[in-house]
Amino acid sequence: MEQINSDMLEQVLSLANNYDYNIYTKDDVQKMLNKQDLDIEDLKVLLSPAATEFLNLIAHKAQYETRKHFGSSISLFTPLYISNYCENQCTYCGYNCKNKIHRGKLTEEEIEKEFKTISQTGLEDILILTGESRTASSVEYIGNAVKLAKKYFSSISIEIYPLNTDEYKYLNECGADFVCVYQETYNKQRYKQLHLAGPKSVFEYRFYAQERAALAGMRGVSLGILFGLDDFRKDAFSTAVHAYLLQQKYPDIKIGFSVPRLRPYINEHKEQNPYYVNEKQLFQALCAYRLFMPFSDITISTRERAGFRDNVIGVCATKISAGVKTSVGGHQDEAKGDEQFEISDSRSVAEIVDTIKHKGLYPVFSNHIRL
Amino acid sequence: MKQKKENIADDKLVIAGHEFNSRFILGSGKFSLDLIKAAIETAGAEIITLALRRANTKTEYNILDFIPKNVTLLPNTSGARTAEEAVRIARLSRELGCGDFVKIEVINDSKYLLPNNYETVKATEILAKEGFVVMPYMYPDINIARDLVNAGAATIMPLAAPIGSNLGLLTKHFIKIIIDEIKLPVIVDAGIGSPAQACEIMQEGAAAVMINTAIATANDIKEMAEAFKLAIQAGRKAYLAGLGRVLNFKAEASSPLIDFLED
Amino acid sequence: MKVNGKNITLTKSIILNDFLKKNDYNINRIVIELNGEIISKDKYNTVNLKDTDVMEVLSFVGGG
Repeated sequence: MEQINSDMLEQVLSLANNYDYNIYTKDDVQKMLNKQDLDIEDLKVLLSPAATEFLNLIAHKAQYETRKHFGSSISLFTPLYISNYCENQCTYCGYNCKNKIHRGKLTEEEIEKEFKTISQTGLEDILILTGESRTASSVEYIGNAVKLAKKYFSSISIEIYPLNTDEYKYLNECGADFVCVYQETYNKQRYKQLHLAGPKSVFEYRFYAQERAALAGMRGVSLGILFGLDDFRKDAFSTAVHAYLLQQKYPDIKIGFSVPRLRPYINEHKEQNPYYVNEKQLFQALCAYRLFMPFSDITISTRERAGFRDNVIGVCATKISAGVKTSVGGHQDEAKGDEQFEISDSRSVAEIVDTIKHKGLYPVFSNHIRL
Repeated sequence: MKQKKENIADDKLVIAGHEFNSRFILGSGKFSLDLIKAAIETAGAEIITLALRRANTKTEYNILDFIPKNVTLLPNTSGARTAEEAVRIARLSRELGCGDFVKIEVINDSKYLLPNNYETVKATEILAKEGFVVMPYMYPDINIARDLVNAGAATIMPLAAPIGSNLGLLTKHFIKIIIDEIKLPVIVDAGIGSPAQACEIMQEGAAAVMINTAIATANDIKEMAEAFKLAIQAGRKAYLAGLGRVLNFKAEASSPLIDFLED
Repeated sequence: MKVNGKNITLTKSIILNDFLKKNDYNINRIVIELNGEIISKDKYNTVNLKDTDVMEVLSFVGGG
């Protein structure tokens, strides 16, 4: 696990430690709403409980910023899970190595079939995912999938286990331009409780993934936490600050946010979750990301129901998945491996495009050129 | 989106570790020597720019005789059209024994006197490596500003308007971008025509301003120098006191965007 | 030789310091570039000027 020379982690953790969201008042929120460019202090206000009663105004402000930077464009993409083998023991995830699920991995031929089917829906932006297993889904295996993807898609993102800089460079050369890595939670102690074993249990290596990707020449990175694991206000704050510092250090890369929320999965232990995040809170975080970094992409996945997704695009989200299967494969042939999470919106690409158009927005299949 | 953590009581202009109380840099061109001294004193300027030219034995006085001892000399490379020429002038200026500060001014456009950003970056890199405190004069372009930071500049000096034009803050928005994104002191140079303009750009977060023509061509040079001094102080105070920028946005609270939220 | 662009005849070579004194230059206010190279003050007493030399004698003036 490569160690790079950076102090970004200390900066993020120190800022997060000093964030007490209970001190903010209605007055603070009013003041913040009247500002044009928001800074870190404003972000703290945005994510505070005091801001909740101003959610409609915040939403309007977010919509204004989204329009300003993205016009009516909504980007479309879909994920393809090529392998769900995993060596990590993450307590919240369907792919937990201790979970007895149907494990599967696509052959090159199967991957290509999937790509072909997906491509026929008109999609040009693909997200390739794997569990964490260097033996089952090696960097080379992923690289081959990326190379295949190049034949069908103009934008290739990867959401795989964190890699070293030279490995990101290799995948970049294969054709991948965007790297998604979610920290899940920026609370080190909580992270330890959730990630019991496997390479993912190393907090710091995961944190620096985006920086290594940037150093490797990747065009963009995505960040996010899993809402429902810990204090979402602090975690969303950490995510935004992490993104901000990355943008300052690497001004040329594109930064995106994703907002996965803990959803039911196979073998889930049904316990009461003290960190449960409701839709209102999720929406508040989405707006905060939008207002703090108005030029960044915000993706809404099929973890959320159609009604939620349809109403956040154009207000704060700018990217939406369509025609989604979270099983291994499953677009062309029968799924080869179990899903990572249950999806709440199974609409096809055509249906999503229709919805976008009905809202007076403009569906975009490709906003990227590979140089 | 800078973190405004300035301590009002201890507000000094710091350039490469050198501290200054005044945020007023005076250009010495276009004046007569006797008035320069008065201007420096009423302005309270602690940095003054100079040019390098062929020495004339017939003049009895040299400008250095008119500059108080505690004032920092900032030779500029005016006359240079390329990085190479700027470097040559800088080295010669340093040899005159007046410190390591140099303002890089590379102009190969005689009509508008707009600086050549690329040559400026080149000269900055060479001179920074030689230990100069490099203050590059540039056309406000955030990418060039970043290149200058990487090249070792000690400050960024974006122009407000063409030299001598007194057209004011034509490039205000772009200067603001540089102030927001660059951690070095941003010193606005060229084009400021009035104390109000100096005050305005200081309010936006400029670290200092440089004035020349507006003072040199004033009816009463001493008084104008003082007016600028006060304006610069006022602008700085306003910035530290925390101006919130007015939003151009109307929220229609009547149209609900959040009714769709469940639970 | 050439000094500040002007041609000057040197009947015989002369020490730089003497040349400057003779021509009323204020040594504390000037810098010398001789044939493209800066001459530091400690060398003024040892450098010899030849007829083929090109010299610039410079000082600070008012300027923005």
